[in-house]
Amino acid sequence: MLNLLRIELFKISRRPRTYIAFAAIAAIVFIFQFAFKADGESYMNLMLQSVKDTFEFEKVRAINGYFMCYIILNTLLIQVPILVALIAADSISGEANMGTLRLLISKPISRTQLILVKFAAATIFTILLLLWMAITSLVFSLLIFGADDMLIFRSKGDESQILLITKDDVIWRYLAAFAYATVALTVIAALSLFLSIFAENSIGPIIATVCIVIVCTIISNINVPIIDKNVKPFLFTSYLVGWKGFFYIATTDEGVPIKGSIENWTAIRNSLLILLLHIGILVAASVIVFRKKDILS
Amino acid sequence: MSSIIRVSHLSKQFKDTRAVDDLSFTVNEGDVYGFLGQNGAGKSTTIRMLLSLVAPSEGEINIFEKKLSTHRSEILRQVGAVIEKPDCYKYLSAYDNLSIFARMSGMKVSRQLLMKQLQMVGLADRAGSKVKTFSQGMKQRLGIAVALVHDPALIILDEPTNGLDPQGIADMRNLILKLSNEMGKTVLISSHLLSEIELIANRMIIIHKGKKMVEGTVADLLDPAHSLIQVETDNNAAAKEKLKQTNWVSFLQNDKQLRLMMNKEEVPRLISDLVAMEVQLLSVSSSHSLENYFLSLTTLPGYVEPFAN
Repeated sequence: MLNLLRIELFKISRRPRTYIAFAAIAAIVFIFQFAFKADGESYMNLMLQSVKDTFEFEKVRAINGYFMCYIILNTLLIQVPILVALIAADSISGEANMGTLRLLISKPISRTQLILVKFAAATIFTILLLLWMAITSLVFSLLIFGADDMLIFRSKGDESQILLITKDDVIWRYLAAFAYATVALTVIAALSLFLSIFAENSIGPIIATVCIVIVCTIISNINVPIIDKNVKPFLFTSYLVGWKGFFYIATTDEGVPIKGSIENWTAIRNSLLILLLHIGILVAASVIVFRKKDILS
Repeated sequence: MSSIIRVSHLSKQFKDTRAVDDLSFTVNEGDVYGFLGQNGAGKSTTIRMLLSLVAPSEGEINIFEKKLSTHRSEILRQVGAVIEKPDCYKYLSAYDNLSIFARMSGMKVSRQLLMKQLQMVGLADRAGSKVKTFSQGMKQRLGIAVALVHDPALIILDEPTNGLDPQGIADMRNLILKLSNEMGKTVLISSHLLSEIELIANRMIIIHKGKKMVEGTVADLLDPAHSLIQVETDNNAAAKEKLKQTNWVSFLQNDKQLRLMMNKEEVPRLISDLVAMEVQLLSVSSSHSLENYFLSLTTLPGYVEPFAN
């Protein structure tokens, strides 16, 4: 199994399209950092417009490495599923398209092994992608903008909230958020892998994955009680941005943030469990379908 | 001589199409076994079933005296295959491709071994070149190297000369003969060209519309004295059953017709035996030599209908 995984990772590492995702992330992050370095104050003025009379902010200090990373993640984690799909959706369909699938299946490895290895490789790719995001968006932002207390703008129902997390209480939240995002994006990898079994070129499953994510995201954002109750809880897209929960710090009755706390642990735990359930179902379905599939490519 | 492949009553149904229909044959150790049939006859589907790419609808496949359905990995470890056009990873070098597939076969690979293999197929000087820069012939040779790298006892080649130039075809033929004669490998090779099979195979089968038409040694089947004798009786099925109880069984063809592949000189004896068995004979005709018969299958689909039905 480990030998097969090594082979799979070797193949992924040699494909030029693998690096498109890394290059895209780097480009977007650097554009963000450049824009905020050049004119971050305008952004802060806009964000703080409604509360500038109530609080006094040292605006330039508010734009620090931690804040930058949060802004970038907020934007990027919606687009990254496409980059994950680029590799995961190619897992089986790409082999079928190249004509190598029949060669793989005629080797003494079981189809279950092959699917599990493909899934493991896609997961490792997802982890590496998030690691790269962490390096570019967090480490580089800290180097460029420095570290300080972190402001979080949050919409809660009809009202807007501003949360303040002290700088010594931030790093663990990022580690947890990246870990959560890995699980969330692994659902996308599992979905792409599943769709990839039915196709003989990777374009179809990539487009199908993106369409499913878009449709489900739109449904997840429709605020109608019947959908809230009966549909949203079952959609993985309802939980993709659950990583933000790690930055929603609990407060005392007087509104003072409690260091090291999270407002709703249970919601995060439940979200994680639902995402893991999605992964389990999709991988199991991939194995079942692939084991029965006639390889005619 | 032990059987390497034993296929019994194999069938494959794809929705409305019966690609392979009650096919049985045996490949013995050391055979170069020709698998002949026109395009769409069911050769590739059969080969895909032998390699567990396609699941049979009915029937059983035994390879190395073991059931493929229960000993898949064990069997495939000893099988090398080139299935139609041998595609490899175009973005990797010949060396990397060979290394990957060798490791997948459970081998511990060394540079020396891989280079030796590439040398055997004449690609040693292009070991580091990406496959996307290769010609069709070079890809075919790399496919052969991939099939042989783990030293399999059984080699399955599905139309290995497709797309090759005359020199490539000759090289492939020599390689197959070398594998059989010098290395003692058992080879199953499919083709739609009788002329190709007769040069390398010692035994062969012809299939048409998924069914076995004839099977036997190439020497016997290509003997010009042999003809396909078509017998018509008042009840062909009953007559066939009676013949199965006699020595004529080895000449009977496995199809719905009452046909025997045999020497024309034996026809009078066949007639007298049928009369002795109280079979009402309507006609006996000699139709084709094997070559003509095969040509009728491969070039004139309409012409074969009287036989197929």
